[in-house]
Amino acid sequence: MYRMNATALAVLRRLAKLVLVLFLVSVAAFLLLELIPGDPLDTLLPEGATAETRAQLEELYGLNDPMVARYLHWLGGALQGDLGRSFQTQLPVTQAILERVPVTVELAALSTLLALVVAVPFGVYAGYRPGGVLDRVVTFLVSLTLSVPNFLMGILLIFVCAVTLGLFPVSGWVPWEEGAGEHLRSVALPVLTLASAEIVVFVRLLRNDMVATLQQDFALAARARGLPTAWVLFGHALRPSSFSLVTVLGVSLARLIGGTVIVENLFALPGVGTLVINAISSRDYLMVQGIVLLVATVYVVLNTAVDLSYPLLDPRVRKS
Amino acid sequence: MSTLFANGTRTSPSLLDIRDLRVWFDTPRGLVRAVDGVDLSVRPGRTLGVVGESGSGKSVLARAVMNILAPNALTFPDSRISVDGQDLRTISKDQARHLWGSQVSMVFQDPMTSLTPVLTIGRQLTEVLRHHLGMDRAAARRRAEDLLRQVGIPEPAKRLRQYPHNLSGGMRQRVTIALAVSCDPRLLIADEPTTALDVTVQQQILELLDQLRAENGMGMILITHDLGVVAGHADEIAVMYGGRIVERAPTRVLFGAMRHPYTRALVRSIPRIAEPSHTRLHAIPGRPPVIIDPPPGCRFAPRCPNARPRCLSEDPALRRTGDDDTHSHACFFPVGTPEGEAAFAANLRDGRTAAGLTVTEGSRL
Ligand SMILES: Nc1ncnc2c1ncn2[C@@H]1O[C@H](COP(=O)(O)OP(=O)(O)OP(=O)(O)O)[C@@H](O)[C@H]1O
Ligand code: SF4
Ligand SMILES: [Mg+2]
Repeated sequence: MYRMNATALAVLRRLAKLVLVLFLVSVAAFLLLELIPGDPLDTLLPEGATAETRAQLEELYGLNDPMVARYLHWLGGALQGDLGRSFQTQLPVTQAILERVPVTVELAALSTLLALVVAVPFGVYAGYRPGGVLDRVVTFLVSLTLSVPNFLMGILLIFVCAVTLGLFPVSGWVPWEEGAGEHLRSVALPVLTLASAEIVVFVRLLRNDMVATLQQDFALAARARGLPTAWVLFGHALRPSSFSLVTVLGVSLARLIGGTVIVENLFALPGVGTLVINAISSRDYLMVQGIVLLVATVYVVLNTAVDLSYPLLDPRVRKS
Repeated sequence: MSTLFANGTRTSPSLLDIRDLRVWFDTPRGLVRAVDGVDLSVRPGRTLGVVGESGSGKSVLARAVMNILAPNALTFPDSRISVDGQDLRTISKDQARHLWGSQVSMVFQDPMTSLTPVLTIGRQLTEVLRHHLGMDRAAARRRAEDLLRQVGIPEPAKRLRQYPHNLSGGMRQRVTIALAVSCDPRLLIADEPTTALDVTVQQQILELLDQLRAENGMGMILITHDLGVVAGHADEIAVMYGGRIVERAPTRVLFGAMRHPYTRALVRSIPRIAEPSHTRLHAIPGRPPVIIDPPPGCRFAPRCPNARPRCLSEDPALRRTGDDDTHSHACFFPVGTPEGEAAFAANLRDGRTAAGLTVTEGSRL
């Protein structure tokens, strides 16, 4: 009973911190626009616009109010999902982002999932026999992949799997509605490209932590009890070895959701990544602001989720 | 000895038989000879005490038997460990599956670190029972409760649901003992099972081990750095130094006549509460060695008050003493023999040993 309360209290405290950080994030996103040199209206107004039009717009965007009032107004809107309208298309920023988010989230989720499915068994077994055949092969592949930048990996995959073997389309996005098979084929190469970078990071982390864990007394004791190797590795050693993995997992998932810029551009996918590139190059400040707010929020929320997951990894954390 | 086993017709009377065990570690500083030629055997229902300072190779010996050596360990191809006459090098996969953890099991030194932190006590106990004895979930649960009761843990049903960190050190060590004896092992290796515990709990744990050994008729290796501990709980004692056994005898014989200078020094380093407070406490001069590329000669020579020139050029082998068939030691100038007396007298005259250690009347063993 007491422990439950302590746990609940810790969770509450963490959530309070989350709210505070989100507040700071919103201030930062707001200031981003405030601090941009020059007048945002300059980009919005057609060349040679009259002072009258300018005044109208200033009125419309509330640019003459004091800063705090403008922040509160903007925050109020943001909380209701109103991030203003794109200077470029005049469509609501929220709508534009929401249209792109599913693509990016799908890419991020699939590639992280794939990375985990591959990295966990390989990391675990490489750590089980350090210096063994599997470990050496994995280490070699890891250093090989690490030396290849993401976009090169993408181009390589396109060349081999799409151009030469013709297994997947070279680029482009086929929505779900046009057939699951076609859809999956269109995401396969971008997901592989993203996952390859994740896999090597995950495998290395897990392998190293696994090596250390397996020399700890409790892992030796579990082996001395004659338990099947898989029980020792996955039942006893995996969870205590996955703190770094879970931490990095949260960060990398957040980074992917924030926009897989290079890969989306390479494969011409309609995700947040292409949206942000577009917004920046056309100086669509409100759009950039909205994406920054989204990305930062995802980061903070995922980090909190990671923190809250530690007690699941180690019951000792639950006490304090 | 080896022909007795090589012809395959006679099996060993021993439960555990170790012949010429050598385990070296490959380290950046060189090859560390942690265990360097150990022979020993344990009979059913008997306790062998293995005593030695920190670093003498006791844990490596235990881990070699349990097959849990670190990845940088090199075990010599001629080293042989056999359990019930079965050579562990040639044992089939099927036999191996239910050997460690079932027939041969081990209790570790530190109960704070030797239980898996992320699994409940119940889970850790039942998985062993289910794997080795093929019990179903419910039967394993019942047996786990019995086991906890047997090792003196109150409220066993509640404990099964708890995690190791919910229990005190003494309780945890009882749990690790319950785990070790859960499948009625023939041999139990206890590696300093009480070193990490309170003095009051130490005695209880040792008594529990004695009681379980008597009930199950299992053989036991009790590893400790405290000769006082094995004096009361072991039938036979092997003293280790620098990866080798330097003296071996039944407990009573050993305490009647300690021959090896290192054994004597170990006894003298035990603080005796009963003695008058002015009694000088003898620490053994020098430090236990980490053995990399050893020079020829006796490993104890740098710290031995009896060391003569011969000790620096020849390696003393473990052999029987003249006076008792069951007693062996590895020393050219054993304590309490005319040779030993003469060696010490000569060193006292010179004021130093062949290895350069200063010798005074107070260094006499
Ligand atoms: N994995 C390893 N790599 C290198 N050296 C090792 C390794 N394990 C043990 N050693 C060395 O082997 C020697 C014997 O170690 P061991 O742990 O068996 O000593 P011990 O007698 O159990 O001591 P203690 O009383 O401290 O437990 C030591 O010098 C130690 O440094
Ligand atoms: S007397 Fe010589 S052989 Fe005996 S322990 Fe001392 S150094 Fe070793
Ligand atoms: Mg030890």
